[in-house]
Amino acid sequence: MSFKTKLLGMAAACVVTAGAVNAQALVYCSEGSPEGFDPALYTSGTTFDASSHPIYNRLVEFKVGTTEVIPALAESYEVSEDGMTVTFTLRQGVSFHSNANFTPTRDFNADDVIFSFDRQGNPDNPYNQVSGGTWEYFGGMSMPDLIESIEKVDDYTVAFHLTRPEAPFIANMAMDFASIVSKEYADAMLEAGTPEMLNQDPIGTGPFTFQAYQKDAVIRYLRNDSYWGDPALVEALIFAITPDASVRYQKIQAGECHVMAYPNPADIEAMQADEDAVVLEQEGLNVGYLAYNTQVAPYDNPDVRRALNMAIDKQAIIDVVFQGSGQIAKNPIPPTMWSYNEATVDDAYDPEAAAAMLAEAGVEDLSMKIWAMPVQRPYNPNARRMAELMQADFAEIGVDVEIVSYEWGEYLDRSKDVDRDGAVLLGWTGDNGDPDNFLAVLLGCDGVGGSNRAQWCYEPFEDVIQAAKTESDQAARAALYEEAQTIFKEQAPWATIAHSVVFMVTRPEVEGYVVHPLGGHIFNQVGLN
Amino acid sequence: MLKYIASRLLTFVPTFIGVTLISFAFIRMLPGDPIIVMAGERGMTEERYAELVTQYGYDRPILTQFWDYLTGVLQGDLGTSFVTKKPVWDEFFALFPATLELSICAMVFAIMLGLPAGVIAAVNRGKFFDRTLMSTALIGYSMPIFWWALLLIIIFSGTLQWTPVSGRIDLIYYFPNATGFMLYDALMSGQSGALWSAIRHLILPTIVLGTIPLAVIARQTRSAMLEVLGEDYIRTARAKGMSPNRVNAIHALRNALIPVVTVIGLSVGTLLAGAILTETIFSWPGIGKWMVDSIFRRDYPVVQGGLLLIAVMVMIVNLTVDVLYGIINPKIRKR
Repeated sequence: MSFKTKLLGMAAACVVTAGAVNAQALVYCSEGSPEGFDPALYTSGTTFDASSHPIYNRLVEFKVGTTEVIPALAESYEVSEDGMTVTFTLRQGVSFHSNANFTPTRDFNADDVIFSFDRQGNPDNPYNQVSGGTWEYFGGMSMPDLIESIEKVDDYTVAFHLTRPEAPFIANMAMDFASIVSKEYADAMLEAGTPEMLNQDPIGTGPFTFQAYQKDAVIRYLRNDSYWGDPALVEALIFAITPDASVRYQKIQAGECHVMAYPNPADIEAMQADEDAVVLEQEGLNVGYLAYNTQVAPYDNPDVRRALNMAIDKQAIIDVVFQGSGQIAKNPIPPTMWSYNEATVDDAYDPEAAAAMLAEAGVEDLSMKIWAMPVQRPYNPNARRMAELMQADFAEIGVDVEIVSYEWGEYLDRSKDVDRDGAVLLGWTGDNGDPDNFLAVLLGCDGVGGSNRAQWCYEPFEDVIQAAKTESDQAARAALYEEAQTIFKEQAPWATIAHSVVFMVTRPEVEGYVVHPLGGHIFNQVGLN
Repeated sequence: MLKYIASRLLTFVPTFIGVTLISFAFIRMLPGDPIIVMAGERGMTEERYAELVTQYGYDRPILTQFWDYLTGVLQGDLGTSFVTKKPVWDEFFALFPATLELSICAMVFAIMLGLPAGVIAAVNRGKFFDRTLMSTALIGYSMPIFWWALLLIIIFSGTLQWTPVSGRIDLIYYFPNATGFMLYDALMSGQSGALWSAIRHLILPTIVLGTIPLAVIARQTRSAMLEVLGEDYIRTARAKGMSPNRVNAIHALRNALIPVVTVIGLSVGTLLAGAILTETIFSWPGIGKWMVDSIFRRDYPVVQGGLLLIAVMVMIVNLTVDVLYGIINPKIRKR
């Protein structure tokens, strides 16, 4: 046993926590610092890993490792016949954590649920402006338009009255922004004149209690021994913030951490051969695409779009850009999502046929722009390289490509223009595991001039996704979404490029870690052998 | 001497105003809207965008914004980070001790090795020692920090397992960071082994961050020494029968120190630039990484406040260097 492994063993055996000694600490080498600890205020996965997963619960949650929604702080829920009211029956006997400034005097109840949402949507709520509250996800998931009112039926029953039937609402309630905070704590902090403590020294009902955060260095949690669900397997959880991926790997090898996020794709092969590391993988819930502007000639012709799609050698992109850590995308939703249409056939890579199709459509000497994102994303680790490969592919069928790029904020903004010149490389990572979150957001008529970068509003497709939105029967919804994918493939508003594969690396002594398709890193069920 | 310091302090005022203006203008000249960057791929409605612009005050005339910023700065208010919603001032002072501790160690390392190396090289001009030391210094100067850091980690932390990979202290130690200076806090914690752990964590980052200043100091000391060693008074001292060590240390080195001190002062800027990479690789929670993250997120208050504070630090160091000139060479302060 090396010196460092002994050290980690010591850490696992005796985490000295301000005097108290705990057995079993799990050390997670995370990739960055959380922006804060109130998940409703933020949008980044790094923040959710450090806040909503260990500290909080939601009314319903995603079963770890799946996109299936299961009861959590709500024991059950009921959707009214007309789909306009969703009534949650709350779990009783759930207690909030305590800290140096606060000890709860009552259990979790309906007031906490109402407060958690009211502060995000009601400008008169004293917490609406605290910590510069911008409530991006609450707004982004259309909650202000969707929720008409929230009614406290009794202490343990809450009814959400909606402005329209919306099937994905339940999945939205499992998202991080819907984490339940303590109204009693919020009131106490407001009275003490320190409302920002809700974000800085968080109190939740989750499997771990927050202990301390040293900015950009370490976050510490202790097991919540009075947790309402299955208690966490380790007594302490430590996030060692380690921004560099190569250094994270060195720390795994040296035994300084048990689990690491986001390995370098180039290191995966070495890690798989390393006896100090276990590599886990799963398809990410994302898609990378090239969106044509379907409102501008000649891209308003589906035949032209399909011809261009057929000229792209996607396998080469997977090999070069993703270095193997991706898979070819044929549908606009990832294969891990329910309703994924297995039957669709991807456009075959056939430059000759593509050139013939273009000629048939009367397109000659075409020159176009491809927009390459300036940032790295899971669905596109190197957009510039991807654009260069496409440039070479298109040159083979006589299409001249100019690659353009802008600063990220500009890129996002300019690519929304309805009369934009050129096809845009972009992608999406799912929020709630619901196909509506991909198909309606990215391809629906409402998104034209916004998140629908193809500027594609196609009535038959729109009718199907709108029907699916209001249908409450899951099987019927799945059938509608499958049909939507068929229409998408015929019309080809995008070239679907890839779904990334997410890798996680653990040490051999780690048990029970599951890669979560929604991208979060969750440690309640993780133990050390 | 006091008059000399006062005259130096006076030059602070225009520099300070200039830095405030530049730091305010710099981040605004970069393309990219912080609110759009914040929303990412998800985007937001136009109404929501307008609301946020008003909330952050970006719809006000630029001069009004600058005036508010300037009056805030003069009252000690640098604004609040968009991202963490915490005052810039608090964030800076939570992180700055880590950078300062590392920078001081790196500078001490560079001076302790660089000065003697330069003197030895100069005294042995053209001989084996000189050539070896100066080639090593050239290699050190040309080394990319990122590569050098990873190489040291792989050798000393990975293969030999002598030093920890990254961080400031082993995670088994947990005590409140009263001052933010880990060596001091570890010593005061009373936990056995904490100080040793903090020292071990400092070794590699110190070497990495100190390498370039070390090379610069060694080369500068050598050339300054060579110049001085050719002076008449050195020949006179030798002719008077003074021991060579005494001539080198007292007469030559002291006079050679002025350009060396200048280089040390200028190295503070290099050190802060190097800290950005060093801190990223060694997961060192300092201001270098904080600034880079903030630039990418277009976190205006942090970038302008952070730049201002860093500039003030550099100004203070330069003032110290000016004062040191006065001590080393009394002629300067009488001018």
